[in-house]
Amino acid sequence: MNNELTQNIDINTDKISFLIKEKKIKSRIIKDKIFKYITIAGALFVSLILAYILFYVAKQGISSINWNFIIELPKPPGEFGGGVSNAIVGTLIMIALSVIIAVPLSIAIGVYLSEDRKTKLSYWVRTGLEILQGMPSISIGIVVYVWVVLQMGSFSALSGGIALAIMMLPVVAKSTEETLKMVPYSLKEASLALGVPYYKTILKVVVPSGLSGILTGILIAVARVAGETAPLLFTSFGNPFMNVNMMKPMNSLPLVIFNYASSPYKEWHSLAWGASFLLMVMILILNITAKIISRKWKIKF
Amino acid sequence: MENQVLNIQNFSFYYGETQVLKDINLSIEKNRVTAIMGPSGCGKTTLIRAINRMHELTENTRTEGIIKLYNEDIFELDPITVRRKIGMVFQKPNPFPTMNIYDNVIAGYNLNGIKLKKSDKDIIVEDSLRKSALWDEVKDNLYKKGTFLSGGQQQRLCIARALAMKPEILLLDEPTSALDPKATSHIEELIKELRSYVTMLIVTHNMGQAARISNDAVFLYLGELVEHGKTKKLFTTPQDKRTEEYLTGKFG
Amino acid sequence: MNFKINRDKLFRAILYGSAFFLIVLIFGFFITFILESSESLTKFGFGFITGKQWDPVDGHFGALPFLSGTLITSFLGLIISFPISLMIAVFLSEYFYKGFFHNVIKTAVELLAGIPSIVFGFWGLFALVPLIREFQLSIGIEPYGVGIFTSAIVLSIMIIPYTASISREVISMVPTDVKEAAYSLGATKFEVIRKIILPYSGSGIFAGALLALGRALGETMAVTMIIGNSNSMPTSIFSPGNTMASVIANEFTEATDSTYVSALIEIGLLLFLVTALINLVGKYIIKKTVQF
Repeated sequence: MNNELTQNIDINTDKISFLIKEKKIKSRIIKDKIFKYITIAGALFVSLILAYILFYVAKQGISSINWNFIIELPKPPGEFGGGVSNAIVGTLIMIALSVIIAVPLSIAIGVYLSEDRKTKLSYWVRTGLEILQGMPSISIGIVVYVWVVLQMGSFSALSGGIALAIMMLPVVAKSTEETLKMVPYSLKEASLALGVPYYKTILKVVVPSGLSGILTGILIAVARVAGETAPLLFTSFGNPFMNVNMMKPMNSLPLVIFNYASSPYKEWHSLAWGASFLLMVMILILNITAKIISRKWKIKF
Repeated sequence: MENQVLNIQNFSFYYGETQVLKDINLSIEKNRVTAIMGPSGCGKTTLIRAINRMHELTENTRTEGIIKLYNEDIFELDPITVRRKIGMVFQKPNPFPTMNIYDNVIAGYNLNGIKLKKSDKDIIVEDSLRKSALWDEVKDNLYKKGTFLSGGQQQRLCIARALAMKPEILLLDEPTSALDPKATSHIEELIKELRSYVTMLIVTHNMGQAARISNDAVFLYLGELVEHGKTKKLFTTPQDKRTEEYLTGKFG
Repeated sequence: MNFKINRDKLFRAILYGSAFFLIVLIFGFFITFILESSESLTKFGFGFITGKQWDPVDGHFGALPFLSGTLITSFLGLIISFPISLMIAVFLSEYFYKGFFHNVIKTAVELLAGIPSIVFGFWGLFALVPLIREFQLSIGIEPYGVGIFTSAIVLSIMIIPYTASISREVISMVPTDVKEAAYSLGATKFEVIRKIILPYSGSGIFAGALLALGRALGETMAVTMIIGNSNSMPTSIFSPGNTMASVIANEFTEATDSTYVSALIEIGLLLFLVTALINLVGKYIIKKTVQF
């Protein structure tokens, strides 16, 4: 190393370090504080908006909720009272339908992805799930309309259930895959070493140990589709009467909100607010349950 | 007194309810290398992190006593000022992954919002890289990412980054613990050479290293400062029985 | 013994079958869209995208009003929500990374994500539209209340959770020792965030914004209720309009002749392609960021 050169450089940098002392530290600290308060303000702002929305819906909706709201059918405009029993039943039926259709298939896909982690097929399946997850729900509505409604010749609860099932699929499959990936290989090995056949090892050892994660995924998926309206517009369509026939059009809470909210009648608005409140409470309960399950039964290895 | 860079007086450190450092008194003289030794968990790292007030980034910590940098108590200053005057090198090399080598060296100035002329920057970068013995290896690749360097080179880059700020004192927290033997001896050589520029405080669990590079040595045990003295003296004729036991390998 | 092996094979076949079924499903979507919109595709060609006139009675189908409606509402919504989302991400990962306030804000964001889009629309129609109408009166423009601007605001609220949660995740992946290095050089928290954390997590945050944009583009019900459903080209950000999704929601069940239906499905096809592309790019960037 050239000693003389470093010596020279040293003198120069000393000059610079003298300059540094001139810089104001106060203004930097103030900037730091201001940024912190802006950040806090932003976070509070969002919480306030949320509180406003929740409060608004609760205030409008809670007054329409009573026993009649749950057991009665909607009344024609102008008549006071009435309920949305058909929509409640319809929502429950279609959710049940979508769970029956989507869950076994999604779990199978999730198991496949956790078993074959790096094959070509699994790559494309993952890509497919990503496409499906980001797909606008209205597009799913169109396709199910073409596939089911046009073939059956009528709107139906079945087609609505299928549309919702397609929306559930990526959520359940992904959470199954993620959970099963955390099940240690040694567990599977131990079972196989005992002579338990492969399919039994998966079904009786691997899947049960990831059950809480799968269940959480199902609940989150149900919460996601329970409020969906767009895929039902051209499938289950809506129905002012009580219907439990799956081959016929069926009402649901989101459809009630959409149809009544855009109507000019005050009585229908209050029914729609009641339905909104009910729907939000339902979704909240589903989400909380999912959280509790994932927290209580967290798999630890 | 003129030569005293750092003066730690009656310093205690608490993590929650647990006292990690007990009534430490220590003064560090200019342009000397002081090694802080002791079995793991004795509070070595805590001590040098407190000197840079890095402990304030962790919740639930509390200090008592004074640490004076020249004549100022560091706890009366802004942590920003303190950290700029006191440089730090960490266990694992941690160059900024988003920056190239040049920007890594000058990062202290950019982070502190100090605008420099390009020519001044060039001088600082070259000077710091020369001091950390990295210049010849990287002068043709100054605009490549620092993360492409080898572990030892990365650590020397981190030393250059700290030196660029012209610190009054440089704290090194087990700087070679993540490096291979060859890179380690390179850093040790470097530390010896840097003595003429900067005062250094180095935490090490490696007694051989302490013996090779330090002028003074401190032995910490269970949060207490057991012994402080010239390295040679401390290694050959330890005053305290615990120091002797540590040096003969009884604590591991 | 033989029996057992067969069961294993059957089980494997079911797994493969399910996986394969998903691929078929996606291709089925694509093919259905192409087939069902083929009439419109061949009839209007590229003019479908550039045509400004949407008149089902005359058989004119140009989707530009809806394309512009979708793009303007989505980008405006993203621009409004992005800074706020980023603030929340920084709040949760740097300032309050645990404790009471952390949980409050985190729960708020999760709840926001759980509100159905139809409820957002309903709320927007009754709570927000009157406010916007007053605002429009006060600045002396036609007081529609509903319109592109109103939709953008509701969209911006709806997509906050997407950008915020992804940004929070990538910000919390910035290694502690890198942040410590910056602090040890004397940087303030703000300087560390601006000069170390944001550059490090920049691509991940971008991906978060992209995924939020994908959501906004495909969002149907909330927008349908508050955009005003006008099929002419929007003239200002306050004018009523329609988005690709909202025009489908409004007109699909009313569409009678085959050209009309196939034109609507072509809009669905465009929406499908754009959102699929945005999602894949966004997820790809995130995957890269996680590996880094």
